[in-house]
Amino acid sequence: MITVNYINIEIPSKSTNEGLARSAAACFAAQLDPTLEELNDIKTAVSEAVTNSIVHAYPETIGKISIKGKIFDDNTLEITVRDWGRGISDVKQAMQPMYTTGGDERSGMGFTIMESFMDKLRVKSTEGKGTTVTMRRRLSYRAGNIR
Amino acid sequence: MKITTEYRHGRLTVWLNGELDHHVAKDIIETVCREIDQCLPLSCFIDMKGVGFMDSSGIAVILKIYKRMKELGGTVIIRNLGKHARKVLDISGINRLVNMEEVKA
Repeated sequence: MITVNYINIEIPSKSTNEGLARSAAACFAAQLDPTLEELNDIKTAVSEAVTNSIVHAYPETIGKISIKGKIFDDNTLEITVRDWGRGISDVKQAMQPMYTTGGDERSGMGFTIMESFMDKLRVKSTEGKGTTVTMRRRLSYRAGNIR
Repeated sequence: MKITTEYRHGRLTVWLNGELDHHVAKDIIETVCREIDQCLPLSCFIDMKGVGFMDSSGIAVILKIYKRMKELGGTVIIRNLGKHARKVLDISGINRLVNMEEVKA
């Protein structure tokens, strides 16, 4: 696959940046002429990944979150959300639906939503080093969309 | 996120306006639960017409309100749920717990 375009964003882990991060990802994805549903799916998945970093990677501090977007020549969008925070000791457990260590305002459905709204989800985490979440979604070619 | 509430004849109505994410979830939970504790309503209607975006934080918000209303023996009804918010809620299975009125076109 050939990378057609890319974007790199870096934000501090403040919850005000959740909206900014998903909107930026949506703006980048807009080049692929997604449907409204595809766009909402992408925004939601990005929101979940960034929120995870804000809540879990840096619970007491403000740290760095990197959001990278890539567009491949087969109409696939790739989003990578990376932090250098606490890390997840048991990724398999963290990905279980309804599992959360985040307290009352969290539902434990973040990874489940990323998994079902995107085509591919990869989570790599090292305790004390940080977490990298990579998601891919191939967007539909729409009628009249010449590329 | 703008939160408006109204209590009338045993019914607490909550209108949410804006993007429902983790950044605003705590504020919604606190505001609505405070209203519930004050009015002790029989039913709580959550109007989602103004919610343009919702992630899994919406599940946590509704679940929390549901739990508080259940303690009081009351019900939760979600109104004007958009297509996307519905998709998020359906994944959680929360639709088995709370009443959802017709989906907004």
